[in-house]
Order: sequence, then C-alpha cells, then structure tokens
Amino acid sequence: MTLAQKILARKAGKSRVEPGEFLLLDVDVALANDITAPLAIQKFKEYGGEKVHDPDRIVLVPDHFVPNKDIESAMQVKLLREFAEEQGIKHFYEVGRMGIEHVLLPEEGLVKSGDLVVGADSHTCTYGALGAFATGVGSTDIAGVYLTGRVWLRVPESIKVQLVGSFKDFVTAKDVILKLISILGVDGANYRALEFFGPALREISMDGRFTISNMAIEAGGKAGLFPVDEVTMAYEKERNIEVETLSVDEDTVYWKEVHLDLSQLEPQVAYPFLPSNTKDVTEAEREGIKVDQVVIGSCTNGRIEDLRLAAQVLKGRKVAPHVRCIVIPGSQNVVKRALKEGLVDIFLESECVFSTPTCGPCLGGHMGVLAEGEVAVSTTNRNFVGRMGHPKSKVFLASPAVAAASAVRGYIADPRRL
Amino acid sequence: MKIRGKVFVFGNNVNTDEIIPARYLNTADPTELARYCMEDARPGFGRGTDIKGSIIVAGENFGCGSSREHAPVAIKAAGISCVMARSFARIFFRNAINIGLPIVELTEADTFEEGDIAEVDLETGKVRNITKSTEYNAKPYPAFLRKIVEAGGWLEYCVKSLQSLS
Ligand code: SF4
Repeated sequence: MTLAQKILARKAGKSRVEPGEFLLLDVDVALANDITAPLAIQKFKEYGGEKVHDPDRIVLVPDHFVPNKDIESAMQVKLLREFAEEQGIKHFYEVGRMGIEHVLLPEEGLVKSGDLVVGADSHTCTYGALGAFATGVGSTDIAGVYLTGRVWLRVPESIKVQLVGSFKDFVTAKDVILKLISILGVDGANYRALEFFGPALREISMDGRFTISNMAIEAGGKAGLFPVDEVTMAYEKERNIEVETLSVDEDTVYWKEVHLDLSQLEPQVAYPFLPSNTKDVTEAEREGIKVDQVVIGSCTNGRIEDLRLAAQVLKGRKVAPHVRCIVIPGSQNVVKRALKEGLVDIFLESECVFSTPTCGPCLGGHMGVLAEGEVAVSTTNRNFVGRMGHPKSKVFLASPAVAAASAVRGYIADPRRL
Repeated sequence: MKIRGKVFVFGNNVNTDEIIPARYLNTADPTELARYCMEDARPGFGRGTDIKGSIIVAGENFGCGSSREHAPVAIKAAGISCVMARSFARIFFRNAINIGLPIVELTEADTFEEGDIAEVDLETGKVRNITKSTEYNAKPYPAFLRKIVEAGGWLEYCVKSLQSLS
C-alpha cells in the first residue's frame, strides 16, 4: 500500500483500503482560522450543535488578518474567542502566542505522524511532512467534525516523487516543489496524494519538508506525504512525541511516478499568474524585472531556516532604494529564535521591516497590499490574479534566497551572483 | 430535478481568489458575499440583474486555490443554479457537495457559448444545450456522494445519522 493507504487503513481499522473507496473516519485534529471558523461555528449552531464532539481535537488559529486589521476582522476573531471559551477549547491562539497555523501546529506538537488532520485551509497538507494524513476541507466539513467527530474522505491514488542527488548552493526545498508543480501542472495531482521518496530525503530538513508538503495543493494535491524517518523522529522527539516509522511496501504500484535530480535543479521563479509558470532564476534575471516589494514569510517559507537563509543573503547589504522588503516570521517562536540568533538585527540593518507573525500580504489581507501595476517577489505559495492586492499587480514566487537577492538588486536576481 | 438557465462562460483554472477575493472575506454573510461573486474574473458579475437562475460553465480545474467555502456559498447565494465544468478542484468539489450547490462534471463543457440556454437533469446526468440542440451525458456521482446530495448536504446527512443513532 501507498503511504496514504497505510495511514487511512489504520484510521479505518482495516487491513487494507483501496483508492476510490469512500471512508467515514474519526478525525484527530480539526483546524480552522479567522476566515473559515466563523462559517463553521455558524453552521454548527444552525444544525443544532450545543456541545462540540471533542474540544481537545479542535484547534482555532486567528492568523490571516491579525492583529485585527479592521472592525469586521475583530468581530470574527471575537466569535472564535467566545466559542473557544464556551466550548472549553484549549487550543485557541491569541496574538502574542500565535503563529501562522501551519507553522504553529507542528511546532507546538499538536499534529503528529499517523494522525488524520482536516483543516478549513487548503495548506493543511503541510503536515504530510510529518507523515500525517492532512488535507484541506471546507467550513461545513469542520462543522461536521464539531457535530460528530467525523469526516468523509475518498482514498486517493498516489503519485510517487523520487528525489535523488544533492542540492547545489542556494537551491532549496522551495525550488523542488516549484519545479514539481511546473512538471505536474496546477491540477496534475487533483484528487491524488503526492508521496516523496528517494536518497535525497536525507538532505531535506523538517523545515524543508514542510515547505514541500505545503505546496502539494498548488498541483491540486490532496496530501503531500513523507515517510517517517530519522529526521521526523528527531523532530518529534524534541516535542516528547514517540512515533513509529512509516514506509511504503516494496511492490506498491503508483498511479504515476516523477523523478527529480536535485543536482540538476536551479533556483526557480514562478511567474504570474500560476505557481506552475516557472523559469530558472538565471533566465528570470536576464529579463531585468523591476521589483517594488519583497515578502519573506508565510506558511511556506516563514520558518527559522528560511529567515536564516534570507539573512545570509542580506547580511552587510541594503535593500535597493525603490524596494520595500517585508519579513514576516511564521510564529512567535520563530520571532524569538530570530532575535536570539541576531537575524532581526541583520534585517533591520538591511532596511527591511520585521513584522509580528501574520498571513498579512500573502492573501492581500494587510501589511503590504500591492497597488495597481506593482510587482512583488514573494516566498508565499500563490501568485493568482489579485492575490496580494490590486487585480493589476503581479506576484513572482521564489525561495527566501532569491527573494532576498531581489530585494538587494531591485530586480529579480540570482543569489549566487550578488 | 431539472435545472434550466442561461449560460455564463468562464475559462480554465478559475481560482477561489477570483470567485471571491480575500478583500471581501471579513464577512461570512452569504448575501454580502454574493454581491462580489466572480468579482476578479468578471468585475460586477455578482451585482448583475440577469444572473439569478443562470448556469456557470467553465473549463478545467474550476475553484482551485484556497479552501474558502465562501466561494461556493457566494455562487449559490447569487442565485446561480448550477456550475458545469470540465473538471473541479478537489476542495471546491467537496464544498459544493457539502453545501448543496449543484455541480456537474462535463467533458463537453467547452461546447457551450455565452448566452446559450442549458438544461441539466441532476438525476440522470443528461445535459442539453437547448440553443444548439445538442445533448451530453455528465459523469454521475459515486453512490456515497449521492447519499449526501440526496440528504441535501453533509450536515443534513450528519444530523440524520446522529438522530438514527440516538
Ligand atoms: S500564509 Fe498565506 S497561504 Fe499560508 S495560511 Fe496564511 S494566507 Fe494561507
């Protein structure tokens, strides 16, 4: 069986499940945020809900518009806060303790390998990095979990991604997933799970794996799964979580297989308006694309390793005069570590802004919304029309290294040639 | 149930940011969301006077992007009676089933033109283009999903099964 089949079979209490099979399963963690939870809560009440099925399995993270950007957002978060209080939900994260949901949950040890996690947020697939079956659903699904503890799922077919070779300098996990999306297309993994294997996994840290799993959805994927190995176990151990290894049977047949050699990979840039529109940075650099804003952060690249990489590029350099460079750590814990490691000083010396954790500009919410005609290089995950602001603005997606180099140069630039 | 309506045509990869942009997401009120339905794909669409009862037809991967249920909610609240596409993104598909917005996966979706009159029979999967006098067969729902659709949505199904348990 594939990793997806193995986890789901275990959850279903069966020895085997087949792709295409529909299952009704008990959920380990149900996540919602300041945009999607209000709708779930409203529905829960509308359908006669009084007490949630299990408050300990519910996680509420206001992260998109916090610290609240306007009265409406403040009202939405108030609704979450009151619901958490009324239902005895411990895992509600207030500003000062919060982080972007997909950075926060693994960090806090709220999700672990083997879990079934559903989240009313499409990037819930991030936790596949830990070997959890984690997938994005809608608010109605979350209301269903509040009512019954359960969710319906179709067992997906899986795509095997075999990773070999070693990274060249300044090539990162972000480049792996951007390249893969360009190979598969934005719906190439629709209804399927991506599963990552190969000798190169040894080189990919937990932070890197989160980045890769995070963007599985940008190829349409239902999940982005990694086996559980020493890297996962070490991460879980730091959180006092004991996990079993999870691997795939030798003779497993995959729906499709893709092979990627990291030693052949260049830093990638995804052009507007699809994450699959990638070019090598060397090519992008030749085009001299002028940049107005750089964003370093998000649930894709807002972890400590991402900030270290950006700082390494920015150290001793200044952001180009016409560029606004906004650095947004993914969680309060990332803020503390960045401070301790001196990264914040580097950012401030380079004339970046350093923000409190928030989704902020990633979805054009606040903290860096683009004006008409403006261009941003961003470490986020989507570059759709209007994603970061004005429908006539443009977003190019890249790694923290490319983003930082572009901030310094003022146009899309290769970090290896600064 | 048969649905008949005027067709509005959209392209491939219509994403949820276009269906309901994040700048309108500080509310979950369906009537408010409906006003901005499809705003960044076709500005003003949700405030048009001729969309009630009409059918949205699109290409591949309709509803890709974020998991926001506000997208199918906005479409349903705007009075759109059905969405037909060559294919749907997974989360949009599930949200539409869950909230009872009729959706139909039709390989021949691109044969429809703006303004055509379409008729969809949700039971049999028969789709007719009245204007062009053509007829197609849509992909039927799997049996499990049909149960949810027949119950009127996922929560209706949940409440019923909870009642039968107690
Ligand atoms: S950082 Fe961006 S993609 Fe991630 S949860 Fe927030 S809005 Fe969504």
